[in-house]
Amino acid sequence: MPHINDIALELKKIIAAQNVDYIEARLESGRSCRLGYRGRELETVAESASTGGNIRVLHRGGWGFASFNRFDGLKTALSRAVEGARLAGSGSSRLAGTEPVTAVLPKPRHNPQLLTLKEKKELLDGYNDIMWQQAPLNTSFIGYSDGYKTTLFLNSEGSFIEQSRADINLRINAVAGKDSTVEQSGISLGTTGDFNQIRGLEKNVAEIADKAVALLKAPRAKGGEYTVVLDPVLAGVFTHEAFGHLSEADFVYENERMRELMTLGKVFGTSQLNIVDDGTIPGLRGTYHYDDEGVGARKTYLIREGKLVGRLHSRETAAKMGEEPTGNARAISYRHEPIVRMSNTYIEPGNATFQEMLEGITEGIYVKNWYGGTTSMEMFTFSGGEAYMIRNGKLGELLKPVVLTGNVFTTLMNIDAVGSDLEMNQGGGCGKGGQSPLPVSNGSPHIRIRKCLIGGQ
Amino acid sequence: MEHILKLALERAEAAEVFSVTDEEIPVEFEANRLKHIQAKQSSIVALRIIKDGRIGYAVSTDSDEPEGLVSMAVETAQFGMQAKYELPGPQHYLPVQTYDPAVELVSLEEMVKLSQEMVDAAVKANPEILCDAGAGKHTASISIINSNGLEAHCRSSLFTLGLGGSVIRGTDMLFVGDSLYSSRPVVDAGPVISNVKRQLEWAGSQAKISSKSMPVIFTPHGVENALIAPLASAFSGKMVLEGASPLKNRLGQQVFDPVLNIEDDATMNYQAASSPFDDEGIAIRVTPLIRAGVVENFYYDLYTAALAGASSTGNGNRSGGGLPGPGVNALVVKPGDTSFEEMLADIKEGLIIEHLMGADQGNILGGEFSGNVLLGYKIENGKIAGRVKNTMVHGNVYDLLNDLAAIGNDARWVGGSLYTPSIYCRSIAVAAE
Repeated sequence: MPHINDIALELKKIIAAQNVDYIEARLESGRSCRLGYRGRELETVAESASTGGNIRVLHRGGWGFASFNRFDGLKTALSRAVEGARLAGSGSSRLAGTEPVTAVLPKPRHNPQLLTLKEKKELLDGYNDIMWQQAPLNTSFIGYSDGYKTTLFLNSEGSFIEQSRADINLRINAVAGKDSTVEQSGISLGTTGDFNQIRGLEKNVAEIADKAVALLKAPRAKGGEYTVVLDPVLAGVFTHEAFGHLSEADFVYENERMRELMTLGKVFGTSQLNIVDDGTIPGLRGTYHYDDEGVGARKTYLIREGKLVGRLHSRETAAKMGEEPTGNARAISYRHEPIVRMSNTYIEPGNATFQEMLEGITEGIYVKNWYGGTTSMEMFTFSGGEAYMIRNGKLGELLKPVVLTGNVFTTLMNIDAVGSDLEMNQGGGCGKGGQSPLPVSNGSPHIRIRKCLIGGQ
Repeated sequence: MEHILKLALERAEAAEVFSVTDEEIPVEFEANRLKHIQAKQSSIVALRIIKDGRIGYAVSTDSDEPEGLVSMAVETAQFGMQAKYELPGPQHYLPVQTYDPAVELVSLEEMVKLSQEMVDAAVKANPEILCDAGAGKHTASISIINSNGLEAHCRSSLFTLGLGGSVIRGTDMLFVGDSLYSSRPVVDAGPVISNVKRQLEWAGSQAKISSKSMPVIFTPHGVENALIAPLASAFSGKMVLEGASPLKNRLGQQVFDPVLNIEDDATMNYQAASSPFDDEGIAIRVTPLIRAGVVENFYYDLYTAALAGASSTGNGNRSGGGLPGPGVNALVVKPGDTSFEEMLADIKEGLIIEHLMGADQGNILGGEFSGNVLLGYKIENGKIAGRVKNTMVHGNVYDLLNDLAAIGNDARWVGGSLYTPSIYCRSIAVAAE
C-alpha cells in the first residue's frame, strides 16, 4: 500500500485538471485501540488500522462525493464524484472565500499508540478492582479507546494541509441491582492523547460504585415543573444540545423560517448569558488547527449578554448567509463529507456562588452528571446521572436519575443565575447526520433554570 | 483471505478471518432540492485468533498487509479473554434470499426521480414544508472462514427511500418522516408519501392535554423508538448472564400480557436485516423471545453462550467492526387482529405516540423510559384531536407491556430490523405543561 503523502501528490495533479467549480480531497491514516471490560472480565482487546480517502466536488451548487479505502481505484472515485456533482448541480456554487493554506502542523504532544497494551490494562484493571471491592455490584462496564490519525487535505484553490490528532476516551459504569430494579452510575472523560490525565481516578471510581448501590434505595422525583440547578457537566451538555445545535448554520441557511427565528441580535436569554464555541483552546478534545475544509478554527461568540451574535459555519453556509466562515466544517472520518459541527462549546462564567443559587428555592432539584441528551431544535431532553431534592435553600435526599425536557427557547430565557465555576466536560462525543462520535467538549459553570419540566409519575 | 488464515495459523492455534466489502450510493435532497450524490466504497478485514488459549483481535482496512494484521492480533492475544469456546465447523444454512442484482442497476436518475416525487407530494400536502429526502442503493459481500473448516459467503443488496420534513412557524416546529428498506429495488414511494401525509394531517392542529394517566397507542415508529431498546437489552444473553437483565430469573414465566409474541427472525427473504448466517458464521434461525407473554429464550453469540452453558442462537453481531457480541438480528412483533381505527374508537381520552425523543436516555436496563413526545396526537372520544406539545411520558416497559388493550393488525417494517404493528397500552403517565 502506498503512503498517503504519495497519493496526495498524485491527487494534486489530477484535481487541478478537472473542469468543475471546486474540488478537494482528504486522505487519512490512523491506528486505534480498544479495551472493554464487562464485569470483572477484560472482554475486548482490539487493535485496528484504517487508511482511506475521499474526493468531494462542487459544481453548480451540487455536491458529489466518493470515499474509498483502496487506492487503486482513484480514477473511478474521481469520476464518480465529478459525475455526482454534475448531476446534482443546477444552480450556482457559492463558497465563502478563504486564503489557501499550505501547512504541516506540529504533531500532537502525546501519542497513546506509543504506550503498551500492558500499561493501559494495568490502569484499567486497577479501576475495575476498586469498583468491585467497593460495593456489591451486578456488573460494570469500562470502555477505553484511543487513536492517532494523520489527515491530509488538499483543494483546487491550492491548499495543502497535514495535521494529526490524538484522542483518548474513557467511560466507566457501575451497575447495581436488587429484585427487578437496576441502577447505574458512571463517569466519562476524554483527553487529547495524554494518558496521564486518566490516571488518579481511584476515588471517583469508588464513588460511582457506591452511588449505583445508593440509587437502588433512592426515591423517585415526582414529575412536574421545578426550579433546577445543573452542575457544570450537565449544564455543558445542555449548552451543547439545546443551544449549540441550533447555532449550526446548516439547519438555518436554506430555511427562511429558521433564518427569521435565528436573526442576529434577537434576545435569547438574560444579560448574564454568554455562550461561546472555541476550537482553539489547547488541550481540549474539540480543538483543531484547521477544519475539514481547510478553514482555521476560531473563537465564535454565539450569545453575548443574552443576544444572538453569531453562528457556526461551513464555507457554503457562510457564503449563502453573507457571514464570515468560522472553521466548523468537520467530518468524523474520510468516509463522510464535512458538515457543520461544534468544537468546544461553553457558557462563560458569571458570578453567582452555588449557595446563592440554592437560596430562595422552596422545592427544587439539583441535577448532576449525565447519561445523554438529544434535541429536535425546538425541544430538548437530557438525562442527569444523579439528582438531589432542594428544600428551603438546602440540598436534601438523593433521588433516582431524572430526565429533563423542555422548549429550548423558553428554557434559555429561564436561566436566571450563572455560577463562577466553569468546568469543561471532555467525555463522550457528538452525533449528527450519521457521524458519531465526533470529539467535542462542552462546559459551563453551575446554572439555575426556573420552571423546568422533570419526567416522572 | 486464505493467505491471512494461513499466516495467522503459523502463530496461533485457531483463527478466523471475517471480511466485508461494501458500496453505498445515496442521492440526497436538502431543503426540497437535490444537493448531494455520493459513492462510498469500503472494505475491512478482521482477524480473530486463539493463541495460548486466549483471544486476539485486529481489524484493518488493508487486506494487502496481512503481516501487520496478524502482529496486531498476536499482541492483543497476550491480554485477551480466555477462549472458552471453539470456532464453529461447517454449518448448514437456510436458503435466505438477500441479493437482487436489480438494485445495482437502478440508475441515479431514477433515484433522483423517486426522491423528487416524495418531495413534491409533501410540498403539495403542505406548501410550507422543507424536506430532506433521498434514495440509496447498497451492496455488500461478507465472507467468513476459519481454521475449523467453516466457509460462509453472502452477497446482499439494499435499497432505501427516506423522506423527512419540517414545518416551522415562529418557535413552533413540526417534524415528520418515514422510510422504506428492501433488498430489492423500491419502485413505489407511495407508502412513504401516504404516511407523511397522514402525519401532516393529524398534526394539522394542536390539542391540549392534561397531566394524568391515560391509554396510549404506540404506532410502529413509536414502538421502535420507545419500547424496543429496553427489550432488546433485557433479552441479551449477556445481560442475563451478568444479572443486569430484569428477566434474568424469569425464563418460562408469564412476564408480559398473553397477547404479546416477539421473535428474532432474520430468515425472511429480501428483508434489510436478512442473512443466512451471523457474524461468526452460525446459521440464522427463528428464535422466539416472548410467546403468549411468556419469556421463551434469550439470544446468544458463541462466547456468551459458552459462559452461560447455552448454544449460540445465531446472534453474533459485530457492530462497528469489533469482536462479536450478542445482538438482535430482526425483531418481529406478531400482529394482532385489531385495526388501528378500532383502537382509536375504543379510547375516550388518550395519546398516540409516533416519536418519543430521549426514550433511550433513562434507565434502559431497568426498563424505564421517560421522554418528550416529539410527534404525538391526542385522542378525544375516539377521534384524533390534534398534535400534543410540551408533553412528557414516563413509564416502565414491563408494566406497559403487561397491560395491553390490543395489538394492531397494521404490522410493517420500521428502520430495517423491526417488524411491528401498533401497540395499545391501557395506561401511561403523562406530564404536560
